[in-house]
Amino acid sequence: MEEKKKTNIILFSGDYDKAMAAFIIANGAAAYDHDVTIFATFWGLNAFRKEGGVHTDKGRMEKMFEKMMPRGAEKMGLSKMNYAGFGQKMIKNVMKKHQAMPLRDLIAMAQEQEINLVACTMTMDLLGLKEEELLDDIQLGGVAAYLAEAEDGQVNLFI
Amino acid sequence: MEAAQMIDAKGMACPMPIVKTKKAMDKLDSGDVLELRATDQGAKADVAAWSKSTGHELLEQKEEGGVLTFWIKKK
Repeated sequence: MEEKKKTNIILFSGDYDKAMAAFIIANGAAAYDHDVTIFATFWGLNAFRKEGGVHTDKGRMEKMFEKMMPRGAEKMGLSKMNYAGFGQKMIKNVMKKHQAMPLRDLIAMAQEQEINLVACTMTMDLLGLKEEELLDDIQLGGVAAYLAEAEDGQVNLFI
Repeated sequence: MEAAQMIDAKGMACPMPIVKTKKAMDKLDSGDVLELRATDQGAKADVAAWSKSTGHELLEQKEEGGVLTFWIKKK
């Protein structure tokens, strides 16, 4: 059997719209029969967070970060015209009208299509995120894990 | 045209038509024809590009009343 092509996406941004773009491309690539991996780092990690609070044992600074950052994909704001979350709600209504999938569903579909979701452990530490706060079936990795995929990837994106 | 299966992706937005097509195609046998109906105008370019890349054959397509219909033969 011929080797599958690979698509690798680094999701650095914690913006709702940019994460949507990342997950649409990822789901499309999976439909192209690519091996797809999304590496989330820095603010992009928020897309991998469980909704609602998860009780964890951590320090004061980490707790502050945990509260200040969006808990889960649907809480993320737009990169433009967010207007304290009002713009995000508006665009979600428009998306519903056009039957575009909300980010939460795009992520579920990505998992269903066996897209690898990898969380960068270094930035998890920086932002004080624990593994149990992330969605199920998220792998942990570092720069080497990304590079191993990227060096024989046909599509490599940084979003 | 005789199709082994029909996928109705009308009203669905990108990337759903392609994702649905791929899922259905996986279950078909080689030589089977899949019929896809969609209203997303992007599907025209998407289905053509997807078929070319995956090796399936886009046999025919038509547009009627805003509905795009594609017949794709599995490789």
